[in-house]
Amino acid sequence: MFEAVLLTVITAATPLLIAAVGELVVERSGVLNLGVEGMMIMGAVIGFAVANQTGSGSLGVIAAIAAGMAMSALFGVLVLFLVANQVATGLALTILGIGLSGMIGEAFIGVPGLDLPQLYIPVLSEIPFFGPVFFQQDALVYVSFALVAFVAYGLFRTRVGLVLRAVGDNHGSAHALGYSVVKVRFLAILFGGACAGLAGAYLSLAYTPQWVENMTAGRGWIALALVVFASWLPLRVVIGAYLFGAVSVLNLHAQALEFDIPSQLLSSLPYIATIMVLVLISANRRLTLVNTPACLGKPFVPDR
Amino acid sequence: MRIELVKRKEHSQTMALLSPVIAVALTALSAAILFSITGHNPFVGLYKFFIEPLTQQWSLEATIDKATPLILIGCGLAICYLSNNWNIGAEGQFVVGALFGCALPILYPDFENVATLPLMLLFGAIGGALWALIPALLKTRFNTNEILTSLMLVYVAGLLLDYLVRGPWRDPDGYNFPESRIFSDAATLPEVFGGAMSLSAPITIVVAVILAIVLAKTLKGFEIRVMGESPRAGSFAGFSAKRLTLFSFALAGALAGLAGTMEVSGALNQLLPSISPGYGFTAIIVAFLGRLNPIGIIIAGFVLALSYIGGEGVQSAMGVSNEIASVIQGLLLFFVLACDTLILYRIRFTSRRIADGEASHV
Repeated sequence: MFEAVLLTVITAATPLLIAAVGELVVERSGVLNLGVEGMMIMGAVIGFAVANQTGSGSLGVIAAIAAGMAMSALFGVLVLFLVANQVATGLALTILGIGLSGMIGEAFIGVPGLDLPQLYIPVLSEIPFFGPVFFQQDALVYVSFALVAFVAYGLFRTRVGLVLRAVGDNHGSAHALGYSVVKVRFLAILFGGACAGLAGAYLSLAYTPQWVENMTAGRGWIALALVVFASWLPLRVVIGAYLFGAVSVLNLHAQALEFDIPSQLLSSLPYIATIMVLVLISANRRLTLVNTPACLGKPFVPDR
Repeated sequence: MRIELVKRKEHSQTMALLSPVIAVALTALSAAILFSITGHNPFVGLYKFFIEPLTQQWSLEATIDKATPLILIGCGLAICYLSNNWNIGAEGQFVVGALFGCALPILYPDFENVATLPLMLLFGAIGGALWALIPALLKTRFNTNEILTSLMLVYVAGLLLDYLVRGPWRDPDGYNFPESRIFSDAATLPEVFGGAMSLSAPITIVVAVILAIVLAKTLKGFEIRVMGESPRAGSFAGFSAKRLTLFSFALAGALAGLAGTMEVSGALNQLLPSISPGYGFTAIIVAFLGRLNPIGIIIAGFVLALSYIGGEGVQSAMGVSNEIASVIQGLLLFFVLACDTLILYRIRFTSRRIADGEASHV
């Protein structure tokens, strides 16, 4: 039982983790992209469609990443080159993504999906309990952890990470030092888009292998909240994602146990938990102020 | 050659008026491309989508029905956005307002008199305001990001509605369908102008005009605009950012709740598991397309309402997915935001050589 619960927590947490780590990089560069939900749902539909047409899950995943990047590029052009309001543009991205995915996905409603192959790590996967939990997941679960390690190392241990954080904390100084603020931010936005697309692909190819309209169901927004929860530190995103993964599968398991609680109340728990967590984190001024990128959401127009 | 943004010395009044028009034109162009890609005649598509709804009486009336909640919600959101409060949870405030407003005819169906409808509208506004005050209070008290909390409450509100309609508020004589009882005449919003529109339409216009006057002519309007553009200057004038956050959220919530109650009382006549085709989100586009100005929002509300009716039109006539409506709505917001750049900036095409030459003169 416990093993089964843990397995569902991992699959519920993985898309949140991937999307949140991507957004963390974007926000560290000083850009607030509220369009995660829209990029994610486009990743989900394109990933499903391509996997369905080609019969290859990997191609689907690659296409989903490309779709997420294309959406984020649109956002990047608007907020970086046209200096549009970041909040409103992010919302526009979400609205557009949900509409576009509904249109593309109409042909795939009710079509059975194909499962991503599980990655069995030989020998280790045969250990009782630990084997199935740690060494018998689909490939993207391992990718999500590799991604966190990559971002954590990249942000705080490399020159590129230093430049990225400088751009996010003080774009004026970074510009004066000769770094191209716009270029750094655009690349960060593309990275965030790729992650959101990948997270979407995980939903439609691994979590529930099918296409359902609006299947992200607010996960993109929860990923945004996770970045705040993690106070912009990659390793804390893992804790947050797994915590939320656990809350979101409560519904599934409580129904099996036949608790007499309305299912709607259980379904609303992830959203209520998000609000409570945000309150707890933001009430702690010291914690948030230390790590919040100082230029988050502020427009930058280079003076030449 | 490179493209540069050059800051204008002051806002361009011409562009402020022109930019929504350019945005709509660019959206129509994209829609034409979208029709072509999906293998349909773009001209027929554009006609069916944007023009035909305006040519027949029934579709014109349907457009007014759809525009009404959009305008009412959009006006409230404009007050929020002008004062830099990012309320994106109007969809939830619409739903909770409707729940408060409809509690009366559902729980006390025998309470039928002249006070029924006014009380419903009042409760609806209060319900929406209370739901909107949650993110506002969390923002002022704990500094919590209102964007995320107001959005999360949309999902909670939707689930609450679902629970009530399937559970305690289900019609006892309804053969187990997830619907509430049908409202009596006393709880139904009447139609006016010979049945051409619901009473909600004139109410909405009156609210929009009042808000336009408040914004342009009163101290409160000044406070809203100052606090949005420069909170620091506003605080020297004695304005409180926290009080304004509570005010603008409560107002937006009340208008959304009012819209929700009028929609259920007038158009639907009973509670259903889903009572809004995304009005709360589309109203965000309405607010921006209308330049955050109530009079502009009236016009913008009609443009966006057209997209709902037009979407249904192209679906039935040409077999295009009616999701095309939300794609076009999303594109429209993109173009509005892109064109707004032209109000503050001028675009200059320069070659690198000329730019260097200018520098040497200095």
